Order: sequence, then C-alpha cells, then structure tokens
Amino acid sequence: MSAFLEYLGSYWDFLTQRGPNGELTFDVLGAFWVNIQLTFWSGLLALLIGVVVVAMRISPIASLRITATAYTNIFRDIPLTAVILMMWLVVWTQLGVTFGGKMITDFFILAVVGLGLYHGSFMAEALRSGVNTVPLGQAEAARAIGLTFMQSARMIVLPQAFRGAVAPIGNTLIALIKNTTVASVGGVSIETSSVMSGMIEFGPQFIFLVFLTFALGYVVIVIPVGMLSTHLSHKLAVKR
Amino acid sequence: MSENNVPDTGEVAVALYDVQKWFGDLHVLKDINLSVKRGEVMVVIGPSGSGKSTLCRAINRLEPIDSGRIELGGVPLPAEGKELALLRAEVGMVFQSFNLFAHKTILDNVTLGPIKVRKFAPSVAREEGLALLERVGIRNQADKLPAQLSGGQQQRAAIARALAMHPKLMLFDEPTSALDPEMINEVLDVMTDLAQSGMTMIVVTHEMGFARRVANRVVFMSDGEILEEAKPDEFFTNPVTDRAKEFLAKILQH
Ligand SMILES: Nc1ncnc2c1ncn2[C@@H]1O[C@H](COP(=O)(O)OP(=O)(O)OP(=O)(O)O)[C@@H](O)[C@H]1O
Ligand SMILES: [Mg+2]
Repeated sequence: MSAFLEYLGSYWDFLTQRGPNGELTFDVLGAFWVNIQLTFWSGLLALLIGVVVVAMRISPIASLRITATAYTNIFRDIPLTAVILMMWLVVWTQLGVTFGGKMITDFFILAVVGLGLYHGSFMAEALRSGVNTVPLGQAEAARAIGLTFMQSARMIVLPQAFRGAVAPIGNTLIALIKNTTVASVGGVSIETSSVMSGMIEFGPQFIFLVFLTFALGYVVIVIPVGMLSTHLSHKLAVKR
Repeated sequence: MSENNVPDTGEVAVALYDVQKWFGDLHVLKDINLSVKRGEVMVVIGPSGSGKSTLCRAINRLEPIDSGRIELGGVPLPAEGKELALLRAEVGMVFQSFNLFAHKTILDNVTLGPIKVRKFAPSVAREEGLALLERVGIRNQADKLPAQLSGGQQQRAAIARALAMHPKLMLFDEPTSALDPEMINEVLDVMTDLAQSGMTMIVVTHEMGFARRVANRVVFMSDGEILEEAKPDEFFTNPVTDRAKEFLAKILQH
C-alpha cells in the first residue's frame, strides 16, 4: 500500500516538475486549454460552414446544391489526419500561407481551418437531418405568403432544423473535442496528445498514469457537453 | 344579391389561358381556360389525381407552368424573384395540412407575413392579427403554439394568416379533408362568412353542402381537363358527362 502511495507521489512530482525558469515541464492544463480553444474556434467555423452548406443544399439553385453536396462528401470521406497534414504541408509549407505571427500561431490557425472544414461536413449533415424534421408544407406556406427563399430559410426552416438537430450537433461537437488532438500532426505541439507523448517518453514508468490523466481530462470535458446536448434536444424539440 | 349569382363587377380577378402543365410524361393540366370574376366563389371538384392541387399551385406559381398564361387582375404572373414574392402575397393560400409554422405562436404565424413582406409596423400587424383571430373565433389561442390547437382551430389560424396579407384572392386546397367531422363546420362557417364579405375564392372541396350554399360556379376536373362548368345546383342535379356522373355517384354513396 505504502509503495503504491509512494509511486503516486513520485508521479505527482513528475507531473509538477518545473524547468530552470520555473515553468512547468509538462503543462497539462495549458495543453487542455489549447484543445478547448481549438474546439471553440473550429466548432464555430464548422457550424458556420454547416449552416451555409445546408442552406445551399435546400436552395432552388442546382449549382449551389451540387457544390454543397460535393463539399460534404469530399470532407466526410478524407481522413482527418490527411486534412490536417495537408493544411500544414501543402498550405503552409508549399503555398507559404502565413498569418504574420509566430509559427505556432500559424499552425494553430491552420489546424482550426482544417478541423472546421472537416467537421463542417458533419455539421451540415447534422443540420440536414434537422431540416428533414421540418414538413415541406411549411416552406411552401412561407413562399405562399411572399417570403423569399432566404427569408423562409432564415425564419422558418433553419430555426426548426437547429432545434431538431441538437443531438447530432452535440455528437459532432464531442467528436470534434477529441479530434482536436489530431492538431499535433499539424504542428500544434503544445496540445494534449503532444504533451502526453512527451510525458511518456520521459517517464515511461508512469505510462498508465499518464494515459489515465489525459483520459480523465477528456471525460471531464465531454460529459457536460453530452448532458447539455441531451437536455437541450428534449427542451428545444418543436412540438408537432 | 340573390344566392349563387355572381356580383357582376366586370372585373376579372384571375384568368388562365391555354395553360399546360406536365410532370415528366404526365400531362396534369390540359389546355386550361378559366376566368374568375372579382367576388366570385368557384368550387373545383374532381377525382383524386385530376390536377386540382396543381391548378391552385399554378395560380400562385408555387408550381411553374409549361405553356399558356395566367393573369391576376389583368397582370401576367411575373417570373421568379422579388416581384413574384410580392404577387404571391396578393394570393392567400390555405392547405389541406394547415402548414402553420410549428415553432411560432398563432399570433406570430399571422403577423410574420405582414411584418416581413408588407413591412407593417409590428404594433399595427399585431392589432390587425388579433382582430383577424377574433374574426375566425380563436382570439384566445393567440399565444399558443400550433401543436396545442385542434385541427379545426389550426385551419382557422391558417385562414387568418392568409387574410393578414390583404389578399385579392383566396385559394383553398381541400381545407377540411384532414379534419375530424365535428370540426369541418367551424372551418366551413369561416369560409362562408368570408365569401359573403365579397372575397374572391377558389375552393377545392368535396363538401357539396358548402358548394351548393356558397359557390357561384362549380368546375369539374378529370385527368387534367375541365369537363364541366356550371351553377352548383345545375351540376349536382344534372351532370352532363359520364365521368361527372360516375364521380358524383361515388361521393354520394359515402
Ligand atoms: N411534384 C410532382 N411530381 C410528379 N407528379 C406529380 C407532382 N405533383 C402531383 N403530381 C401528379 O400529378 C397529378 C395531379 O396531382 P394533383 O395533386 O394536382 O391532383 P389532385 O386533383 O389535387 O388530387 P387529390 O384529390 O388526390 O389531392 C397526380 O397524378 C399526381 O400524382
Ligand atoms: Mg390535391
């Protein structure tokens, strides 16, 4: 028993060790904060893309519908790792797209764009399942009182689609939270999976505890999101 | 005005000239010529699939036609766009399945069009909306959601929503066929009042009592064609074509 406590104690020391300048060697909380920020910005981008794409998919203009369908299918079918690598190796290295700041800022922004583009296709599909809960007759009634397509989409179809798609949007968000760890292959070396790899490299005797630490961290983040999405999906459902 | 007599203002509310409509290989409107005078109530009757809904939908261009011409108050229907949206606002449409906006209150359903399309001030739209709900007898349901109302109440709300746009013409596509029998009359009563107030109406319905009492004219459609056009009493007692006789025999059995 005491040996186990000792082992835990030495893991704690390992976890909280500081470098010569007093900074944490393994900034676990800071790493989670990076993933939360990645989630926030790419989630926002994905939702925005999802709304635009689903509006295109229900629009009366065929070329918009085709473009939106193509986008959804392409990004849903490419592995996320490939999308992120492409942002790094093609967009940053080859095309030289930068944002004028530090390298890590570039990588962060490019990872957000990659994550946003990838999950945007899932958000679009989630919203489309929401659109399917809105009876076609309501869009017709909207047209019949003289609302334009944009007005009808904005005021009648999409608000109900959102409320009918809370659960799948929540699922996409949960997948996104965990998928932000893929940003490590895009050069965002300060996020959780990178820090985790570092810890395993320098403290292989703690490998199980290191895994446990990060797993618990994600569980703590994901559980409230799941609960909120279940709660909201019941509360917001449109009565028909 | 004696019953079933068209008030002859001479003005044509809506006119169709040689209208053709195809769905792929299916010829759903065959050479339709029709004109409805202002203040007239026309009942359209006919077997399932004869093109009655398509006719209504063509009149406010929810469905484009393949050839021919449709004029509202002497003005041809514009193509898609803002102009068309405005013109649609002049034609009220009431659907079989009500189609109220499920996430909005009854009052918001009624005021949305006036505020967003007609650009009425919200306070004006609200006052008018409440008056219309009073007129159709559901003023006390104004703040409820559609799902909380009975079918008859929802359909009356849908009529109020259409009237709120100050339409020049009202189209009803089987407004009572989705209703439980005990609710049919409350909707027909509202429509009768509306007809008596001088509204021009095209009503697809199999309610013969309503047609006899309220309509100035009955049009019988079959397979996309207008086969008969007559005063209601004339049509119901003396149908000319075999298909109309057959059809009437069928609906009279029920
Ligand atoms: N969007 C569409 N695409 C293809 N065919 C259609 C479409 N809408 C209607 N039809 C067909 O056109 C024909 C006429 O339909 P319509 O709905 O106008 O008939 P209706 O007289 O209103 O029938 P009901 O009494 O059943 O409502 C039917 O054969 C129908 O199947
Ligand atoms: Mg029909």
